[in-house]
Amino acid sequence: MRKVAVVGVGETKFSGPQSKTGVELFAEAAMDALNGSNLKPRDIQALFVGNVLGDFSEAQGMVQAFAADNIGCTGIPASRFEGACASSSMATRDAFVWVASGFYDIVLVGGVERAATMGTPLATRTFSMFSDSRYEYPSGITFPAIFAMLANLYVTTYNVPLERLKEQMAKVSVQSYQRGFFNKKAHLRKQVSMEDVLKSYMVSTPIQLHDSCPFSDGAAVLVLASEEVARKLTDKPVFITGVGQSSSGPLSSQQDYLPRIRARELAAKQSYAMSGLKPEDIDCCELHDCFSIASLIAAESLGFWEYGKSGDAWMNGEADIGGKVAINPSGGLKSKGHPVGATGAGQVCEIVKQLRGIVEKERQVEGARIGMTDTLGGDGGTLVNIILERGW
Amino acid sequence: MEYKLTFQQYNQALKENKLLGLKCQECGAVTAPPKMVCRKCTSPNLEILELTGQGEVKTFTTVNVAPEGREEEVPYIIVLVGLDEGPWIMGNLENIDPAEASIETVIGKRVKMTHKVFTGDRYSAGDGARPLFSLA
Repeated sequence: MRKVAVVGVGETKFSGPQSKTGVELFAEAAMDALNGSNLKPRDIQALFVGNVLGDFSEAQGMVQAFAADNIGCTGIPASRFEGACASSSMATRDAFVWVASGFYDIVLVGGVERAATMGTPLATRTFSMFSDSRYEYPSGITFPAIFAMLANLYVTTYNVPLERLKEQMAKVSVQSYQRGFFNKKAHLRKQVSMEDVLKSYMVSTPIQLHDSCPFSDGAAVLVLASEEVARKLTDKPVFITGVGQSSSGPLSSQQDYLPRIRARELAAKQSYAMSGLKPEDIDCCELHDCFSIASLIAAESLGFWEYGKSGDAWMNGEADIGGKVAINPSGGLKSKGHPVGATGAGQVCEIVKQLRGIVEKERQVEGARIGMTDTLGGDGGTLVNIILERGW
Repeated sequence: MEYKLTFQQYNQALKENKLLGLKCQECGAVTAPPKMVCRKCTSPNLEILELTGQGEVKTFTTVNVAPEGREEEVPYIIVLVGLDEGPWIMGNLENIDPAEASIETVIGKRVKMTHKVFTGDRYSAGDGARPLFSLA
């Protein structure tokens, strides 16, 4: 298998409801990625796109074919990936394997979504489709409810009093807002205090409004190339050195592991093994903070802190820039935003920019050489882990 | 190969307050909700078993924001129950004031079961019963 690098990246701003179509958003991000790679549309051999809810949000299926045509790549193989919120990470891993195998030299990977445009009731209904439609949805399962149940189970499993856990969860959100405030591409750029979080609307006990990420519109795109091609295009290739992916059945089927998400541990194990790295080697990590509790659970399964202890790490600043590992310097799903199908590709874009030292200085992880992305779909149904390293 | 216990059969039985699962003829484990194969050893050699619907609450949440079309249901309580036969299952909890539901009053408590039917919406391909638990 050959080495594969990210050559260029492009992202739109992540936002609330806006009027550009999915194809238009993807096209803008794609052209930025191509220009940043000194490539033309005709150089791209295949397109890999994450888009989950285009059918519901704007009555647009098969967006990848229209996107390819729209940017001047008519005729290339164009595939759509669906792994709920992990869709474009799934697409990235897949594209990586095609290039590593030698089948392609240069491909375009990304994601697009108009989750905000759908409005909250339809978004809540469609997000529930990532749970089991026969054995979970009849109970009225929603995304906040899933993580709310995990939060209560975290309390009883690790004997962390609920009041303390809620403070730790609030700190996760406050930190994300602090970093996202300086991210020009972020959806929610605001200063939020611990008190604001703890007083916000109770969505599903114990998860409150400010524990929850927004629905967002947006697109993110990367150019992947083989090492030989990448070194001709850029003097700062960022190599994908580890990938991992896993799947799972409904929440109840994960009974032996909850509140841990087993699929994440399987995906991370693959990625660490492939790269030969350990948790302590990771300088920065964009992990799946759809809800603040999800950050605590993720960080532990990724090996950064012991089970039941990551909340203390957040409170001590160990999970921030300047700490043990910088978690979500972009502001995460919480502040940067969550355009479902685009989120994973957005996380990779962020790590690439961190390793190249080109993000806003207030949120730059100084000297970052190795980064990780962690993306979760559904109630642990899909998990993708990607490790990236400087190639210079 | 025939699917042993389809959702249609499960749904019909649950509407009569019967919770059906599958007992593995190879390893003895009970699988619920139903799958093609045993949740433990993956054998498809399964027989239908009627479960008691009794167990212990493992975790819960009180939902205040409903999905589209289910607004009249809020607030409602979702639970994961560890059934006496082994598997965990998702359902709702009734006969408790949602404002009173907490880790202390709900988690670890024994429950018994009836059912409630989600009548379906334009996306669901029909209705779906779910376990409706109450503190025993």
